[in-house]
Amino acid sequence: MAAISREEVAHLARLSRLAVTDEELDRFAGQLDVILQSVARIGDVAADDIPPTSHSVPLTNVYRDDVVQPCLQQDDVLAGAPDAAEGRFRVPRILDEEE
Amino acid sequence: MSTTVLPSYEDATARYEPVIGLETHVELGTNTKMFCGCPTEFGAEPNTQVCPVCLALPGALPVANRAGIEATIRIGLALNCDIAEWCRMARKNYFYPDMPKNFQTSQYDEPLCTDGYVDVEIDGETVRIGIERVHLEEDTGKTLHVGGATGRIHGATESLVDYNRAGIPLVEIVTKPVPGIGAKAPEVAKAYVTELRDIIRSLGVSDVRMEQGSLRCDVNTSLNLPGEEWGTRTETKNVNSLRSVERAVRSEIIRQASVLDAGGRITQETRHFQEDTGDTRPGRSKETATDYRYFPEPDLVPIAPDRAWVAELKASLPERPSVKRARLREEWGISALDMQSVANAGAVELIEQTIAAGASPAGARKWWMGELARRANETGVELAEVGATPAQVAQLQALVDEGKLNDKLARTVLEGVVAGEGDPAQVMAARGLGVVSDTGALQAAVDEAIAANPDIAAKIRDGKVAAAGALVGAVMKTTRGQADAKTVRDLILARLS
Amino acid sequence: MSDVTRMTAAQIAGLIASGETSAVEVATAHLDRIAAVDERVHAFLHVDREGALAAAADVDARRSRGEELGPLAGVPVAVKDVIATKGIPTTAASKILEGWKPPYDATLVERLRGAGTVMLGKTNMDEFAMGSSTEYSAYGPTNNPWDLGRIPGGSGGGSAASLAAYEAPLAIGTDTGGSIRQPGAVTGTVGAKPTYGGTSRYGLIAFSSSLDTPGPCARTVEDAALLHAVIGGHDPRDSTSIPQPVPDVVAAARLGATGDLTGVKLGVVKEFAGEGAEPGVIAAFRESVEALVKLGAEVVEVSCPHFEYALPAYYLIAPSEASSNLARFDGVRYGLRSGDDGKRSLEEVMSLTRDEGFGPEVKRRIILGTYALSSGYYDAYYGQAQKVRTLITRDFTSAFEQVDVLISPTTPFVAFPFGSRTADPYQMYLSDLYTIPTNLYGGPAISVPCGLSEGLPVGFQIMAPTMADDRMYRVAAALESAVGTLTPPEL
Repeated sequence: MAAISREEVAHLARLSRLAVTDEELDRFAGQLDVILQSVARIGDVAADDIPPTSHSVPLTNVYRDDVVQPCLQQDDVLAGAPDAAEGRFRVPRILDEEE
Repeated sequence: MSTTVLPSYEDATARYEPVIGLETHVELGTNTKMFCGCPTEFGAEPNTQVCPVCLALPGALPVANRAGIEATIRIGLALNCDIAEWCRMARKNYFYPDMPKNFQTSQYDEPLCTDGYVDVEIDGETVRIGIERVHLEEDTGKTLHVGGATGRIHGATESLVDYNRAGIPLVEIVTKPVPGIGAKAPEVAKAYVTELRDIIRSLGVSDVRMEQGSLRCDVNTSLNLPGEEWGTRTETKNVNSLRSVERAVRSEIIRQASVLDAGGRITQETRHFQEDTGDTRPGRSKETATDYRYFPEPDLVPIAPDRAWVAELKASLPERPSVKRARLREEWGISALDMQSVANAGAVELIEQTIAAGASPAGARKWWMGELARRANETGVELAEVGATPAQVAQLQALVDEGKLNDKLARTVLEGVVAGEGDPAQVMAARGLGVVSDTGALQAAVDEAIAANPDIAAKIRDGKVAAAGALVGAVMKTTRGQADAKTVRDLILARLS
Repeated sequence: MSDVTRMTAAQIAGLIASGETSAVEVATAHLDRIAAVDERVHAFLHVDREGALAAAADVDARRSRGEELGPLAGVPVAVKDVIATKGIPTTAASKILEGWKPPYDATLVERLRGAGTVMLGKTNMDEFAMGSSTEYSAYGPTNNPWDLGRIPGGSGGGSAASLAAYEAPLAIGTDTGGSIRQPGAVTGTVGAKPTYGGTSRYGLIAFSSSLDTPGPCARTVEDAALLHAVIGGHDPRDSTSIPQPVPDVVAAARLGATGDLTGVKLGVVKEFAGEGAEPGVIAAFRESVEALVKLGAEVVEVSCPHFEYALPAYYLIAPSEASSNLARFDGVRYGLRSGDDGKRSLEEVMSLTRDEGFGPEVKRRIILGTYALSSGYYDAYYGQAQKVRTLITRDFTSAFEQVDVLISPTTPFVAFPFGSRTADPYQMYLSDLYTIPTNLYGGPAISVPCGLSEGLPVGFQIMAPTMADDRMYRVAAALESAVGTLTPPEL
């Protein structure tokens, strides 16, 4: 049984904002299936009562003081922008609110 | 679109039981953003309050603002919540151009504060609103839609993005569902948001102004038949004033009742409140909602508030606004209704401070709720920013009490104060205002008036004291209003008795 | 004077400090070497000749004024292109960032500048540090100076190759699953992954935030330690930075170089001592263990039962974090935008930009990570991987109750020919089989050359407890004193 279908890969690509071609989809579906089959054995580890680790350093409560720091100049902010107008980043029309 | 006949509100609530819930976002008034040192001031030139972190430049990393954490905990404590001993920020992943990282740093299943409540009073009855959670997240940038008819997203040909607001701390406060309030649901919703606003304002952590977006509200509403399970809820967004909170719940109850009456079913969806018509319109359907793929934010370490610190924050909470209002009402000797107007005008602290600066409760309230409230209303600013301070108002009232200003002059002086001409005494001096206290000069003016109006003087001599008013008016005219009316009257009566 | 490009960083620094040569002469010699050989090696994506000469001239001027300079003042360094350098192109070897010039410096770049090192340029790598061969660079692979037809390791193949090609005496790498150590192993150079949090990530373009660790690359253990000391230490701009000083790694390296390991207990990771590795790699590893025993070390075998699950855990955690970290590359604020014809929507333009801007391995991992985090799969994949991470950490903790450091080969195989592992991504992933557990644990580890197999370098890995980076330097320097450094064939 395949771990992941071509349709699932297409859905994930949409969710990830990747306009993959049909050819890419075919290739990735096969490769991801191999990878997922290989990593699936992680489920063999009995770990029900094991706490998860999200951070390898045992730090907590790292804060900064509420003190203003210098900002970037607007010119520098927009220098790398693909498109800008009126001091803002210009983007094509937005289809919907959010997916 | 729909030809359904809408039931009346009374009819709808007689047959269906509403359940409401509220999600409120509060923009904190910290000096800097939540994860970087950029300032949070409103109204700066676009993209001038940004840095590598809040622009999500490759390589930049967040560091949490202590003040944001503290403010969230204080809000949680003020809402009677439990404060987590250990929790993490999480990434909420979705693409949208106003969100530079294309994920929002937020909290998911480990909110900082949980399980609290707020009590509100409706017609002398206390309704307890449960608080599900209070969590910390960050605001997005602002998008300007160009080329459309009304600056809306629909029909726009392009959009322009400004990230000045991106990363400003937001606190989200989510209530538990509130059942069993029947027809009072709209009122309860409004009372809750009002109370929440007052509590947060009393904490000094946000200016909580709905019209500027520092307090934003989403309202969940569902209906069910008595004895049956709760219905499917809708979420109404774009509710931008206290009045709208009430209207949104009310109109959604009527709409849902009409759908149910027609045998339809309620779709779980996001709706948008329309300020002009007072009804709600459908937005994005929740059934196709995205998978946000939340996971613990690896760039920020867990938050584990020290218990002693939390206890200290709890001990230093200000007096709860409802308790404070009850106390002040007593002290000031005013009605519940009057106290409500004072609170609604945002004048409680201003009046309190004015009294502390020496004014009488009546005097302080008169100026803030009268002349100054009117000006604030006219110019569309908050009362606190109208241009006069409690100390100045107290001084003004003192000048009146000492007889140096009469009411009319005091209003003129207040105009000068609001215009930025200085304290009342300075305005008086600079504009040459003030009651004529030189009795010699005043006596001369009185004599002149008597001489000029022999008929009236005769009437007064005959005992028609009421006629004195005409002579007082004449004297006031010659002294250009700068006399104390009572003194003038006394002088006239003394002369003619 | 002999060729400065063949010298160690410590030697170069000594010559500059004593006035026998100038920083400008040293920089020029390296820039000339780059000009001569980099067409064949392709270690660099960008060479900053002007900036390097200016920085070198500044060091010379300061020295002539009698200013006190740091131990690496005037020494050239190459920086992996995943690290933000103000005003200097930074691409992470991706097309999506082509031409991007950061308006800020990474913390470690500030520290390099502050220490008077001379940055030569930016080195090649697998796109966004995802890969083990540099074949996934959008700008073409780097060739291994030992055999130009073979991979230099990855992701930091450019940094490692620049050292082996004598283009730079020092380089900066980043290690998420072995990207410093594995290239070090296959190019016969030294690569150290510091304790996570011991070097700042501020300015490092994130691949997997909870694993990424910048660190030093060099031709000798002492040089690596000197560079480690310059870039390490607490940074308030990185919330995960450890607020303690880095242990004295330079002193530890010098102690190790005396060749005495009496009283040091080494643990051979049982699970990594045989299976899966090439025979030549195992042979070189075993000979080195014997050499260490001769220096007085005690060697025992230690079992780390969960290490076999490190690779699957890594290939769930790292892509998950990457899928989120790389969301910011959307063609709005910087970098590539494609398909904006005035008709397409933002959503379409974003998707076209990302499809065109990212290479195949990056896309595979974004999709894999998106999958592992989706509701319905989260618990079985990402969640389970985080639990296994705890178990791997426990394996390390209990191992370090028995031994001072753990040892293994760095990578199961020597440099392989181009194209031999790209068809099946999982075969490529096996390159990092031995290096990944350390990243999941967060401790330090170093790869040091330990001999040849079929004429190609083999790396020896030493893993130490968190914040005990000094221990691995001591053992590494001792091994280096016993087996010597490796010299690649002339280019």
